[in-house]
Amino acid sequence: MIRRIVAAVALPVVLIALWWLLTANSTSYFWPPLADILKVLPDTWFGERARTDIAPSIARLLIGYLCALVIGVAAGVAIGISPVLRALTEPSLEFFRAIPPPVLVPVIALFAGYTGSLSKVITIALGCLWPILLNTVEGVRGVDEVLLDTARSYRLPRHSVILPAAGPQIAAGARQALSIAVILMVISELFGASNGIGASVVQFQRSFAVPQMWTGIIVLGLLGVLLSLIFRVAEHRALAWYRGWRDAERASR
Amino acid sequence: MRSSRTGLGLLGLLLVAAVFEVLPRAGLVNRDYLPPASEMAGKLAELLGDSAFWTATGQTLRGWGAGLAVAMVAGVAAGAVIGSVPVLREFTASTIEFLRPIPSVALIPLVVLIYGSRPESALVLVVYAALWQVLVQVLYGVADVDPVARDTARSYGFSKLSIARNILLPTALPYILTGFRLAAAVALILEITAELVIGVPGLGQLIGVAQSSGAVPRTYALVIVVGLIGVFVNSLARMLERRLLHWHPSVRREVPA
Repeated sequence: MIRRIVAAVALPVVLIALWWLLTANSTSYFWPPLADILKVLPDTWFGERARTDIAPSIARLLIGYLCALVIGVAAGVAIGISPVLRALTEPSLEFFRAIPPPVLVPVIALFAGYTGSLSKVITIALGCLWPILLNTVEGVRGVDEVLLDTARSYRLPRHSVILPAAGPQIAAGARQALSIAVILMVISELFGASNGIGASVVQFQRSFAVPQMWTGIIVLGLLGVLLSLIFRVAEHRALAWYRGWRDAERASR
Repeated sequence: MRSSRTGLGLLGLLLVAAVFEVLPRAGLVNRDYLPPASEMAGKLAELLGDSAFWTATGQTLRGWGAGLAVAMVAGVAAGAVIGSVPVLREFTASTIEFLRPIPSVALIPLVVLIYGSRPESALVLVVYAALWQVLVQVLYGVADVDPVARDTARSYGFSKLSIARNILLPTALPYILTGFRLAAAVALILEITAELVIGVPGLGQLIGVAQSSGAVPRTYALVIVVGLIGVFVNSLARMLERRLLHWHPSVRREVPA
């Protein structure tokens, strides 16, 4: 147990210590001492900014992501069930998925300008939609025929077996979408935003407040890590049955 | 069956184009925001004769390829070393889990300060984003090696190199190729992002310029081109998987019965 904790903590401690030592007497403009960065971190982010910048960023991220999740799964199930619809839409969907999501920013800016929150939420939702949608289609397509027939003969509604059976694949799409959501949250704020974490970081960079800029990078990093942790916990719970089934399957082999 | 599927797919694409043609023409969407599909197609044809467009395409593809290559080499090398030494694996796991979800766009302000809008900016972002995809897949791949096969090879006196080639590589190859496919897509996203946001020369920068100067059909035409490059990158990766893994059960199963 102790060994495991040491193994988990050792390298991060070494790396942070190295960062601290190497920059301790740094006069380099780009690499201010870590001590200075950490000194300005609480003042920069945990005062007024938590409300005016961090909260709006996270709210836009979550709203956009959840919209994409609901629409993506619903549309994905509808398309995945019908072979005709699937064949009809697949090339178009593959094309929309292949468009790098940041390109959506200038396109959406054409419609409504790019100052309000709505355009940013739409950007995030549209970018997250395709991986969720396509993975759901793929997951629904792969549902065991026997399972569907069984559900039919027991007169269970179809979605009661389809959603869990496609669950692992949907989760894979949702995970991809989450990292896209964070990317788009930041990028959408680099274009004409008055608030948000990304907007603040760019403001620091433009006003050459380098230690503050570094705190922004750290905050974005922590946000990414935190979101992926939350996702893992949620996935762990939602797919508990799947892990049990897979382990049983492996053990029986 | 196969040809009817392709036919339906083409029909779907035509329908999408028709919707994009009718919406602005019927006045449901303002033409200034969404020009009819035929106008986009016209601009697209015009682009093909534009030398600045081809230069930008070359710059984008070069930046993408260079970043992807660096990430592949570094990811496979680091993954193979870390994966085959249990102690290393144990001590790096937490760090990798922590560094991986850090969004590479967080580094944008830093690379802007250091490199400005030179291609190096894009390279840093692309490599950072793509590296984790490869590294993690290679780690999975190395972990998947059958210990019995490895121990058998060892007791028959296979050299380290021969074990790596005959046992490690065949097991890890599917994972490496999955890593390649994921990394190729992410690398393109970050390359275009760097061009669009920082102004690194390439297609992303052209899109930014076209949009801010109000050249709407041109903006859409460029977006379509970028999407087509994305499709191309994806099918390239899939083709590579089929070619290199034609012996592997996951590919052999796909062959229509």
